[in-house]
Amino acid sequence: MDAASSASIHEKFDGRDRVNYYVRSRSRRVSILMSQKTVLEKPDPTIQFQNVTYSINGTVRHKIVSEIQLSVDSGQTLVLLGRSGSGKTTLLKLINRLLVPTTGRVVVRERSTTEWDAIQLRRGIGYVIQDAGLFPHFTVAQNVALVPSLENWDAARTTARVNELLALIGLEPAQFASRKPHELSGGQRQRVGVARALAADPPILLMDEPFGALDPVTRAELQREFSALAKRLSKTIVFVTHDLREALLLASRIILLEKGRVVADATPHEFPSMNHPEVRAFTASLTPLPGVQA
Amino acid sequence: MSAWRFFVEHRSEILGATADHLTLVVIAMAFAIAIAVPLGMLIVHRPTLRKFALVLASIFQTIPSLALFGFLIPIPFIGGIGRRTAIVALVLYALLPILRNTYVGLAGIDPAVLEAAEAMGMTNSQILWRVRLPLARAVILAGIRTATIITIGVATIAAAIGAGGLGTFIFRGVAMVSDAVILAGAIPAALLAIAADLVLGWVERRLKIA
Repeated sequence: MDAASSASIHEKFDGRDRVNYYVRSRSRRVSILMSQKTVLEKPDPTIQFQNVTYSINGTVRHKIVSEIQLSVDSGQTLVLLGRSGSGKTTLLKLINRLLVPTTGRVVVRERSTTEWDAIQLRRGIGYVIQDAGLFPHFTVAQNVALVPSLENWDAARTTARVNELLALIGLEPAQFASRKPHELSGGQRQRVGVARALAADPPILLMDEPFGALDPVTRAELQREFSALAKRLSKTIVFVTHDLREALLLASRIILLEKGRVVADATPHEFPSMNHPEVRAFTASLTPLPGVQA
Repeated sequence: MSAWRFFVEHRSEILGATADHLTLVVIAMAFAIAIAVPLGMLIVHRPTLRKFALVLASIFQTIPSLALFGFLIPIPFIGGIGRRTAIVALVLYALLPILRNTYVGLAGIDPAVLEAAEAMGMTNSQILWRVRLPLARAVILAGIRTATIITIGVATIAAAIGAGGLGTFIFRGVAMVSDAVILAGAIPAALLAIAADLVLGWVERRLKIA
């Protein structure tokens, strides 16, 4: 096949000895993956953005994200940080094919999202959003059991899994399983949202400002708990936020986006001392508490 | 003649007309639901068809009912004198409230819920049957309730084209200048409407998700 020959693979170093591969041509992915496997020593990254641009209606003038080049390693908690409109949610939705790239490819678990069956792809990716998006006509248990029910698990296995997950997120199953979402507090709803995303044990978890709508005290509580949970679960997590504090707490790697482009890529340790103006704008937002002496 | 005496003397006739009236309404509503609910589901994602369908249904409703019955009489197959023509007219009248509520109910669902459903890997038909319809059913039923009450009222006019029902008494009463005869048609029709409102209202409340 001539696709193999037309696939040009480039290597480059990104400053922290992480090797990125990208493919300029939009030729068939099978050949690309085959050629990549011969080059790579460690396993393929779980998620790769290969020169991804997304624009509304495919027009050049309305680019939401441009030329994104990004690899997310297995087990990493990658935080996409940026202001409103910087394109972070768009990147997230490109991973589970709620959106499809205008140009370039998003490779998830060794397959381009456009070659995945969208339904199968999404069943393997947990998704948590700001308002939880729980089904108001389902009980807590039914909400958590959504993906198991779509995958036709038997009742015993489903119940066991639901109870396990409710215990994991700190909601007593006997007390909460049969409640409806409107009978829960915002923090509890968000916990159920996390449990629902974890139900079928997907290797990837996407989170779009999951704690954004909570009061500050509850938010801090959930951030701490989720940070501990994430370490135990060893999942690949892509987490969208505009809150630097949250990013520093949860991330193993922070990607800063500005106007649809990656402007910084660093560990939480390195990030605050970076010199990019947008980084400084974000660190400046971490003002000390009023009345507290520096 | 007092209205009460007329009621007592013609009770079997009145009951028969009430039954005819109810049959007319039930048949018309069955057709209207069977047309408007699927159509409402169809227009959620089709803006052009939506505008066309809603405008058309609105136009039917603006035609005075007596005129609509009259217009239908000369039309082949669906027209003529009798019950079939009346049912066609009643269906056309009932479409708008059901169609509009089906559309509003389905379109008014929290986008976060639909986004979550899609992102969890539900297929479009699973989203429709397990999420959209259950969440919209109370609103859809509210439309059916409105349409039923309208249909019970409009069906009295169907007697003008020989469809029978409680309208028979009303037209006869007008011709005879007799309040008692008019009331023999009007009171059962009003009671039917109130009963339908109560029953469907109760079902609607049961379907509501708090």
